[in-house]
Amino acid sequence: MIDFAEMTSREAYGRILTELGKENPDIVVLDADLSRSTMTKYFARQFPGRFFECGIAEQNMIGIAAGLAHCGKISFVSTFAVFAAGRCFDQVRMCVAQPGADVKIVATHGGITVGEDGSSHQAIEDLALYCSLPNFSVIVPADAIETVEVIKSAALTSGPFYIRLGRSKTPVIYTNGCTFKLGKADKLKDGSDATIIATGVMVAKALEAASNLEKSGIRCRVLNMSTLKPADQQAIIAAAADTGAIVTAEEHLLHGGLGSIVAQVLVAHRPVPVASLGINDMYCRSGKPDELLEMHGLTSRDIELAVRDVLTRKTHV
Amino acid sequence: MANYSISDLEIIARKLRRHVITMISTAGSGHPGGSLSAADIITVLYFKMMKHDPRDPKWPDRDRFVLSKGHAAPILYATLAECGYFPLEWLTTLRKAGTCLQGHTDSNLTPGVDASTGSLGQGLSVGIGMALAARLDEKDYHTYVLLGDGECDEGQVWEAAMFAPNYKLDNLTAIVDFNKIQLDGFTRDIMNLEPFIDKWRAFNWEVLEIDGHDIKQTIDAIGKARSIRGKPAVIIAHTIKGKGVSFMENNVDFHGKAPNKSETEIALKELS
Repeated sequence: MIDFAEMTSREAYGRILTELGKENPDIVVLDADLSRSTMTKYFARQFPGRFFECGIAEQNMIGIAAGLAHCGKISFVSTFAVFAAGRCFDQVRMCVAQPGADVKIVATHGGITVGEDGSSHQAIEDLALYCSLPNFSVIVPADAIETVEVIKSAALTSGPFYIRLGRSKTPVIYTNGCTFKLGKADKLKDGSDATIIATGVMVAKALEAASNLEKSGIRCRVLNMSTLKPADQQAIIAAAADTGAIVTAEEHLLHGGLGSIVAQVLVAHRPVPVASLGINDMYCRSGKPDELLEMHGLTSRDIELAVRDVLTRKTHV
Repeated sequence: MANYSISDLEIIARKLRRHVITMISTAGSGHPGGSLSAADIITVLYFKMMKHDPRDPKWPDRDRFVLSKGHAAPILYATLAECGYFPLEWLTTLRKAGTCLQGHTDSNLTPGVDASTGSLGQGLSVGIGMALAARLDEKDYHTYVLLGDGECDEGQVWEAAMFAPNYKLDNLTAIVDFNKIQLDGFTRDIMNLEPFIDKWRAFNWEVLEIDGHDIKQTIDAIGKARSIRGKPAVIIAHTIKGKGVSFMENNVDFHGKAPNKSETEIALKELS
């Protein structure tokens, strides 16, 4: 039994992928000279014949992954999120999204919590880009435990996936296990005053904010929206109907990510006051992950303030 | 496939060229030049060298073909229709709303099309994936990728060119339709590819050089490419853009322009 809880999400990914490889001989893995960082190295070690080192050539890697998928393979492709999104976008569009190929792009080092490497390595546009692609499912797991379930689900579900993982160790939320369902938000905590919808590393911060607010008598619902596409519209509409105010939090640009998706659903179905936390139209800099989150207003304290703000704008019936 | 003679194949290629002219003329847009330059190569592949079954387009053991220069879709559609993948009547629906024959190849819609293409420089990578899958599954099908010379400006072509010999992919053959013209002009003026053959050799490919309008040379080269072991082969096929229609030959204007009514009549007459 592997104890995923003690791992980073990417470590958990590398381990579960190797386990899945034992069960399913059709799983193949491709990497672009980052297998020691994305943790596909475990699969490479166990199944050298089914691992394809592509060198630092992401565009070629995506085409190869698609060709393998066209012949019945399930291609897992890994690199850093910034390259998975930017370096080979047209190849993903043409060879994976359009034909609906069975290619699972599992990108690590997403968001600004990459930290010290700086803006060149901080993917803050990847979710907007991948959510724009027809046929894609886009998922950001909240911790290592959910990562394992997401990877299992992707291996069993045909079609293109983009799964974003982080670099650093993040708090474990699913200490008692996780039942991930593609396209379903997970209600981690219920409350009637407001809903915090978060994704990825921001989920733990949302829970922290909710328990702090509870001390002041403010009860929040917390949704882990790990699947950004297809978005769980029902959960968003229900949150608006039940709590009347929504805060979103993501480690991504405000344009085109979770905040945009939630706002689009609410405007069409159930307009309520919304506050969106994310990166505001700028590139970030080098620094420690927590310092960067603080610089960009992505702490649990920022979520608390945002909840208090939407509450003041809430229309009381 | 039937055992066609060289003169049979020449007749088939001429018929396919007529289809291309009629299709593009009816559509009112498209790329005649690159379809006509590739006509003989594609004829040899589909009517002589490739293992495929039009009644079973998804046959797992079929040879794979990737038209990396996706704008030459009309010549592939004409070929697939003549092989029997779909009715000949489909050909004049090219590029029209609701058609299965898109402006550039779409594997979702057209029986017999193995990969969606149209954004240049990507087909060789896809072909590599197919060749790797054959190796994993211990199947003996061969993968062919037809590239344009202009698309070799794309960096991805050379990423793929580095990968295939590194993995000793001898079940993969690239063919370059070297017609010397791209949209903006002659390749030597737009982006000089030379020394083109030396480039492929330097990337560790077995290089074969032929006249891409000589059916016998094309058959022999594809046969030889298949027999090479331990590395992939590339066939540099010297061709003429617009081959077979006097006013289209070597004429950059017909890279991406449909012939008008009178041009269509002349072209069909020349190809009769």
